[in-house]
Amino acid sequence: MKVLVAVKRVVDHNVQIRVKPDGSDVELTHVKMAMNPFCEIAVEEAVRLKEQGMASEIVAVTIGPKAAQEQLRSAIALGADRAIHVRTDERVDSHCAARVLARVAEQEQPGLVLLGKQAIDSDNNQTGQMLAALMGAAQGAFASAVEVDGQAVTVTREVDGGLQTLRLTLPAVITADLRLNEPRYAKLPAIMKAKKKPLEDTTPEALGVSVASNIELLGVEPPEERRGGVKVASVDELVEKLRNEAKVIS
Amino acid sequence: MSILVLADLDAGRLAGETAHVLAAARAIGESVDVLVAGKEVQAAAREAAALDGVRRVRVADHDVYAHRLAEPVGALLVALADDYTHVLASTSSAGKNVLPRLAALKGVGQVSDIIAVESADTFKRPIYAGNAVARVKNHEALKVISVRPSAFDAVAPASEPAPVEALDIVVENTLAQFVDEQLAASERPELGGASVIVSGGRGMGNGENFRLLGGIADKLDAAIGASRAAVDAGYVPNDMQVGQTGKIVAPELYIAVGISGAIQHLAGMKDSRVIVAINNDAEAPIFQIADYGLVGDLFDVLPELEGKL
Repeated sequence: MKVLVAVKRVVDHNVQIRVKPDGSDVELTHVKMAMNPFCEIAVEEAVRLKEQGMASEIVAVTIGPKAAQEQLRSAIALGADRAIHVRTDERVDSHCAARVLARVAEQEQPGLVLLGKQAIDSDNNQTGQMLAALMGAAQGAFASAVEVDGQAVTVTREVDGGLQTLRLTLPAVITADLRLNEPRYAKLPAIMKAKKKPLEDTTPEALGVSVASNIELLGVEPPEERRGGVKVASVDELVEKLRNEAKVIS
Repeated sequence: MSILVLADLDAGRLAGETAHVLAAARAIGESVDVLVAGKEVQAAAREAAALDGVRRVRVADHDVYAHRLAEPVGALLVALADDYTHVLASTSSAGKNVLPRLAALKGVGQVSDIIAVESADTFKRPIYAGNAVARVKNHEALKVISVRPSAFDAVAPASEPAPVEALDIVVENTLAQFVDEQLAASERPELGGASVIVSGGRGMGNGENFRLLGGIADKLDAAIGASRAAVDAGYVPNDMQVGQTGKIVAPELYIAVGISGAIQHLAGMKDSRVIVAINNDAEAPIFQIADYGLVGDLFDVLPELEGKL
């Protein structure tokens, strides 16, 4: 079974985000970039499926500028067999990303597609579910356990209040939640070797997909600042303040 | 303008989120229907009909909608969507699961997690874990939108109940089968709807010590939450997580215990009305946003606090 795993290049999660002075977007120049953490979990799950003998080939795919090939190299260093780079400098929204990925899936015919449940830049949480819909496939969103057997996959999902387990017909789309696994670090020889592997380059246009977004970004503003209050010296003082000043307890 | 709100359910009853999503819907337009889809959901339908500003409740009560899997509920929404200009759901796990499926099947983009309605097509939503707020204009003919419940005040009860209409739309689902679910049986309120939340972080030291929060939660009728660090350390299950990748909450009172205050955690609770931080590190970032900070050893503070509440 072939596994397609989609990864996204995003601002590193440790970077302090700043809004541009003109309010057009957040500042992204000279900012450290990395693979979206949920995508790392998706790649790790693909590698584990291959180690278990359930996956025969792992194809990593990304949509983004030239520099996004770094994230594809990372995926290869972690265990992907080959990679497809859909190059664009446009801001690609989740719906357009899903349409590009659906086209790639049509060409690659994977048995399973793995993605992160959300990207930590747009925080949309849409692409995997949209891709499943476009593929006419079942979806296992927010997965914390995945077990493939024969023509189906059993997925345990993180839902409000607990866990839900589903059995999905293949091909299916699964989005990774935090507890699905703990991603490994790539080993240095693998990183060196990954640099030499060929990347397949294409574009949204070559795939016949327009990435013009109908969700227009009008501007970005900093969030309302929350100001710190006071330090209290004792539990007594805390209880007194909560009762008589904030009036949140009786 | 005609708006459909997908109701959230909790064990066959209407979940609290729906009244908040209705408030967002009412800020968009006047004609608001609620869809209740599931199995044995008549009680939830009556509860939805009793909320202010609902034009009618549409009920799809059938085996195929049991457990509200994305495949059949998505297909049901597609069948209904042509009657509407907007389809809204909350950012509950069910809403996040099904709404993008509807959007893609209708060939439109989606706007996720709105916190303000500026007009029928322009919304505000947090990005980058709430470190920036984007203003977006949705140019799609059908506007598919998920709503952050804590950003909108719940609508009031209605003076007259709205009419309830049974739908006989039955879709096929051969793609996904429900196997089972493990839901935490808790006497405590849900994180999403609690007016008081007591959360523990890595400073709790282990899962067993979360008992210390339980005593305080009992006194305040509070939900218990956790930081991602506490979840990652295996102290408590993930459904307790508050933060960018967990629950986004805004209770009247949020008590953060042994939580340093990583931005990913703050993204999930900084809109709480009153924040209390208890931490032994006086430099912890959580104190920069807390209304009341208490520097001290939580193992001394918590039993004393429980005793004095």
